[in-house]
Amino acid sequence: MNAIALNAADWLSLFVHYLSLSMLCVGGAITTAPDMHRFLVQEKAWLTDPQFSASIAIAQAAPGPNVLFTALMGWNVGLNAGGLWTALLGMLLCLGGIMLPSSVVVYLTAHWSHRNRELRAVRAFKQGMAPLVVALLVATGWILATANGYAASNWPGWAVTFVTALVVWRTRLHLLWLLAAGALLGWMGWI
Amino acid sequence: MSSPSDAVDAPPMARPKSLTDLFVSFTLLALQGFGGVLAVVQRELVENKRWLTKEEFIEEWAVAQIMPGPNVINLSITLGARYFGLRGALAALAGMLTFPLLVVLALALVYAQFAANAQVAGALRGMGAVAAGLITATGLRLMPALKKNVMGMPLCIALGIASFVTIAWLKLPLAWVLAGLGGIGCVAAYRKLAP
Repeated sequence: MNAIALNAADWLSLFVHYLSLSMLCVGGAITTAPDMHRFLVQEKAWLTDPQFSASIAIAQAAPGPNVLFTALMGWNVGLNAGGLWTALLGMLLCLGGIMLPSSVVVYLTAHWSHRNRELRAVRAFKQGMAPLVVALLVATGWILATANGYAASNWPGWAVTFVTALVVWRTRLHLLWLLAAGALLGWMGWI
Repeated sequence: MSSPSDAVDAPPMARPKSLTDLFVSFTLLALQGFGGVLAVVQRELVENKRWLTKEEFIEEWAVAQIMPGPNVINLSITLGARYFGLRGALAALAGMLTFPLLVVLALALVYAQFAANAQVAGALRGMGAVAAGLITATGLRLMPALKKNVMGMPLCIALGIASFVTIAWLKLPLAWVLAGLGGIGCVAAYRKLAP
């Protein structure tokens, strides 16, 4: 654990940061992971790099929507700041923040967007954002793979990432097999 | 704007019987989805439960994607609202999140017990490397969709590379990149989409 101190203003800024990222999640919550890394790890140092990666890895290994990785980030920030109660608070702030604004907008516009899916502005938004959605996914993979720095000794991890990307891109192998293989390789101390 | 509850344009083939049915169905969906729920959602809702036709599913998914926010969450809100209004949206959302959240927390607690263990830490590092590959591959698998993009391949590639460099290497805030490069993309696409 990596003890930190958070005051009320810090908790608020954590919540506000996730609120602001909510409306930026185009193509899934995971596309905002690089910005969470910039904020939580680099700027505020509320999470360490291993904790950040672990949050995403555990959420990926568990069933359910990917967005739950934000809950774990909040949980870990809270654990660093104190104990179980602050962990629950952090979880609530991060998961609530990332979901609240977008969910309200989606609920209110569910009917409108279904009717207007052929509208020029709606289609322009979808088409114009498409290359960014793809690039953000690849950038997220890059940031996760290089979380431990660019030292050449990290090559086994990069190789696993590279092979996984190729296998998932080209085959329909079940993702659990890959996660299990990665866990086994790590367990044996090869990564 | 009408309320989302009257968004039933065509009678669906089947529909959830009650809020409980909706909650339980989405809970079971979410608990089957390892590494993302989309594939399971499609198989269950379209092929098994027949709440949506394939065409309806593709449309709903497209809307869930262009809206901000986590896609699968958006989809459950939209579908829940379509069947039972606000209560339906909340039931679907609760189904999607409640039990998976407990599972994730349980995993995190178990992990915390063993975090000092070199082998467990190694296993998680290995899974992290795989997770990085999974996310990269999701991006790679979406690339063919850009061929049909109205902006044309050269502009798509340029915007894609610029986004990658600004986010992954320069680590600029996402809001700037989306507003700047995304703005360019939206304007370019709008101009190409002649009325």
